[in-house]
Amino acid sequence: MREASARAVAWSAAAGVLLVAVLLVSATIGPEPITLRTVAMAALTELAVPVGASVTMHTHAVPVVSGGLPWPALTIAYAAPLQFGVPETAQVIVGTIRLPRIVLGATVGASLAISGAVLQGFFRNPMADPSIVGVSSGAAVGAVAAITLPSVVVIGVQPAAFAGALIAAFTVYAIATKNGHTPTATLLLSGVAVQTLLGAVTSFLVVNSGREIRPAMYWLMGTLHGSRWHDVEAALPVVVVGSAVLLAYAREMNVLLAGEEDAHTLGVDVDRTKRLLLAVASVVTAAAVSFAGAIGFVGLIVPHAVRLVVGPDHRVLLPVSALTGGAFLVAADTVARATATEPPVGIITALIGAPFFLYLLRDREVRAL
Amino acid sequence: MTLDVTGLDVELAGTRILDDVHASIRDGHLVGVVGPNGAGKSTLLRAMNGLITPTAGTVLVAGDDVHALSSAAASRRIATVPQDASVSFEFTVRQVVEMGRHPHTTRFGTDTDTAVVDRAMARTGVAQFAARDVTSLSGGERQRVLLARALAQAAPVLLLDEPTASLDVNHQIRTLEVVRDLADSEDRAVVAAIHDLDLAARYCDELVVVADGRVHDAGAPRSVLTPDTIRAAFDARVAVGTDPATGAVTVTPLPDRTSAAADTSVHVVGGGDSATPVVRRLVSAGASVSVGPVVEGDTDHETARRVGCPCTSVAPFTRLEDTTAASATRADIAAADGVAVPVAAAARPGVRGLLTDAVPTLAVGDAAGAPEWADRLVACDAVVSAVGALADTPSDGV
Repeated sequence: MREASARAVAWSAAAGVLLVAVLLVSATIGPEPITLRTVAMAALTELAVPVGASVTMHTHAVPVVSGGLPWPALTIAYAAPLQFGVPETAQVIVGTIRLPRIVLGATVGASLAISGAVLQGFFRNPMADPSIVGVSSGAAVGAVAAITLPSVVVIGVQPAAFAGALIAAFTVYAIATKNGHTPTATLLLSGVAVQTLLGAVTSFLVVNSGREIRPAMYWLMGTLHGSRWHDVEAALPVVVVGSAVLLAYAREMNVLLAGEEDAHTLGVDVDRTKRLLLAVASVVTAAAVSFAGAIGFVGLIVPHAVRLVVGPDHRVLLPVSALTGGAFLVAADTVARATATEPPVGIITALIGAPFFLYLLRDREVRAL
Repeated sequence: MTLDVTGLDVELAGTRILDDVHASIRDGHLVGVVGPNGAGKSTLLRAMNGLITPTAGTVLVAGDDVHALSSAAASRRIATVPQDASVSFEFTVRQVVEMGRHPHTTRFGTDTDTAVVDRAMARTGVAQFAARDVTSLSGGERQRVLLARALAQAAPVLLLDEPTASLDVNHQIRTLEVVRDLADSEDRAVVAAIHDLDLAARYCDELVVVADGRVHDAGAPRSVLTPDTIRAAFDARVAVGTDPATGAVTVTPLPDRTSAAADTSVHVVGGGDSATPVVRRLVSAGASVSVGPVVEGDTDHETARRVGCPCTSVAPFTRLEDTTAASATRADIAAADGVAVPVAAAARPGVRGLLTDAVPTLAVGDAAGAPEWADRLVACDAVVSAVGALADTPSDGV
């Protein structure tokens, strides 16, 4: 097992280096080319460390309650310890336009890849991806409803997508659960059925959306356009905490691959572990898709490709998938940014992902259920 | 750490699978669960390790109800080797065996007793492919890997579901030797569902015969494996004898055809190996056969023991007339519907004196050397129909 930890650290370090390299190179690319050296200095200048936190009570306006509700707000004070005197234009382009989008892209890619790896192991099915339990289709309904019917869904696109994702995932889980047991085959099938139903709802909303059709389509294809540090602040903590929990259950996931009955005789509390993995993977995926839309293929092919290289041990597979997924999505988004029409990044991931997946299907042993 | 099963009822999807099953497995004992397909053997094991919750009854391991223990606590007491060795992801053999340490490892601990893992792999003969992918192994090799995983679990109770089902004859014996040794030298309580009655009889201290969800019989192999019990549990006709090599009970299934000779009792006179083909044919045909006199240790003697026929034997170079074997043989003959005397045995000194006119006598073999006192002479191939005819027609000799 020490050997496993050493492998996890070594592979994660390699994938981490890859991720940082992709992040920096990506930030040099754009309408205004900026040198790698300037990017590195601007990024370090932008680096903020929390130096203090205070809780203040705000009065939160709630439509049904006159006068509003007192609402605690956590204010974190940041300090930027490193200053390199980068030219202001470059600092603004890198620090407030490119980096937020790149860091959000890395966050989203990491969360899709780690949940994909978890769900592939969970279902013992290499074809599983984070959308399989209805998270993406639920988020799509929420987001498209918020875009096309802003007067009905007043909470905004991202909260609506997040809520839609979790409601869909919970519904799928509840349908598949009987007497405290959730057979994975039932879960898979109820996921497919709920996805189909929600897909119909989304299509209906899009068809009736009038001039809102373009933002709705962009969301559905997945895009990182217009990302701000504010988005990163909301998504990153969810993904980091969720990933940490998933990593803590890596050994259980290994044992679950032997089958649920074997896992039980090897001391895994199967139903509890499945519930927890499903819930955390759904929250992590929901956080990603509510900010970036339904980006396909990252959660399917990244864990696959990583598994081919590092093997099925989740203690290595999960962290390496997360870091590689982040790097992959940032790279794909860089291609999207560099393209004149700036297509949604979901188109790029599908253009790269589908041929790669077909290659896996033909040339590698993609094992059946 | 004894395992006590009391009044166990199990229903699956509304069907009663186990009905009032009782069993007790003591430390250092190897108990075999035998029974026909679909009898509930696997279900019994799955109820014993807590996978299935019974509708009634209890499974106590060292006094605690296994279904009240957490899966982690239960897995530290009971290790299970599953029957189905399907593994779909490419873990190495060593990684799979290390999973046996799961119940002994804390969430953030990296502590693994590598010595236990190494020993488990060495003992089951999988150490030489420790670094290979389990998916690249044969079914039998995977089964041994799963046995190694259970050994790494270091639980005092071990359950095995058909541990030898997909193993070749060499590894069947090696696996059961390991399992036997776990009971003998490590004092573990072991329960194994075993298909092969001969192997079960040879290695187990005790057998539990399960059929139709009930325990038909339980006890030492020799007392349990009788033609009557096996007929009741398996609906099969068998000859029960003793294996000459191991001295264990051996069960030989017989074809289930009704022949002319079924229900006929025949005594076969032995000598050298001449009675063996006759005994085989008659036993297969369902006749109840007694044999004697045979010389101790010769082929006919072993055949009689192998198929479990009553047999009287004499020491080599003994004058037949003086022995108690002679009177025992006379009694067997008097009780039989007929006597079959192989031509080669007919020439033995003293054989003529055993025969009586009251029981029809068949000489079996070629005409050359056939005794004049035989009522009929038949070829070996025709002995079954000739014996069948005896039962229908009263003998001429009376």
